[in-house]
Amino acid sequence: MKYLKFLSVGIFFGILLVKSEAVSWFRIFEMFRFESFHMYGIIGSAVALGAIGIALIKKFKLKDLSGQAIEIPSKAKNYTAAIIGGSIFGLGWALAGACPGPMYVLLGTGAVSIFVVIGAALLGTFVYGLLRDKLPH
Amino acid sequence: MDFILDPWPWYVSGPLFALVMLSLTVFGKNFGMSSNLRTLCAIGGAGKWASFFKFDIKSQKWNLVVVLGAVIGGYLGSHFLQNQPDIAISASTVEALQQMGFQNPGASILPPELFSLDALAESKTWAILIIGGFLVGFGTRYAGGCTSGHAISGLSNLQVPSLVAVIGFFIGGLIMTHLILPQLF
Repeated sequence: MKYLKFLSVGIFFGILLVKSEAVSWFRIFEMFRFESFHMYGIIGSAVALGAIGIALIKKFKLKDLSGQAIEIPSKAKNYTAAIIGGSIFGLGWALAGACPGPMYVLLGTGAVSIFVVIGAALLGTFVYGLLRDKLPH
Repeated sequence: MDFILDPWPWYVSGPLFALVMLSLTVFGKNFGMSSNLRTLCAIGGAGKWASFFKFDIKSQKWNLVVVLGAVIGGYLGSHFLQNQPDIAISASTVEALQQMGFQNPGASILPPELFSLDALAESKTWAILIIGGFLVGFGTRYAGGCTSGHAISGLSNLQVPSLVAVIGFFIGGLIMTHLILPQLF
């Protein structure tokens, strides 16, 4: 039962990715061509509301469901990794049209070929783990 | 029911993505989907090769449950909550894709030219899916997050590294979409 809330969030997230069309390769292609406001509207409004929510959580020092103070971790200040890794991710995102959330959702929609993308993404993560100490961060 | 069965506009979808992120925050967790790739590698025994994959897998179990939910949600959304599978991309995007040889751009969630089983008969399709997936997996871990962890969670928390990562997402995405994809089709 402890995990039921996470399962519910996951199901909602999956439905939302389908209904918002953000799982579509076509929407990602369109976004990078700046031919529709759709994806920018989604990410922009998510961040705007998310920022208000996070600010309120911090201001009122809210506690999580288990009663512990909510800690929102800062991202590591690895700017080199962020720009290089981000660009590599962007190349893959625009090519496969799926980032690490949508690839699972697409599996649910019945797109069998996405197994190839997921398998390759696991390999990419594994190779990063192998090379991590040799890469600039 | 049409408001549920029709595609959800950005001003409905965007706030709901914020709700997903904030719900996980209130549950004491962080919204980040790409971490699951690392966890799955660790479950597969990647810790034998790199210390990066040696961590407490149990602490990430909740996130794998989110993944399981996402698969179920994808099934429910596409099979029961959709009037039609069309993706309402702009006329200029349709035109650009037609010029690249795509038959019915936007008639389905994914282009059959890349994702149908028939397309897997071509080695080019395999190359695109494998290279695309590899770059996503490698890049997202190198950058320390993806669209959920950096673009939504990170920017909402006003993290400068996330802004740098999102700029990177666009550098890569623009190069692929404008310079590389037109060479491939």
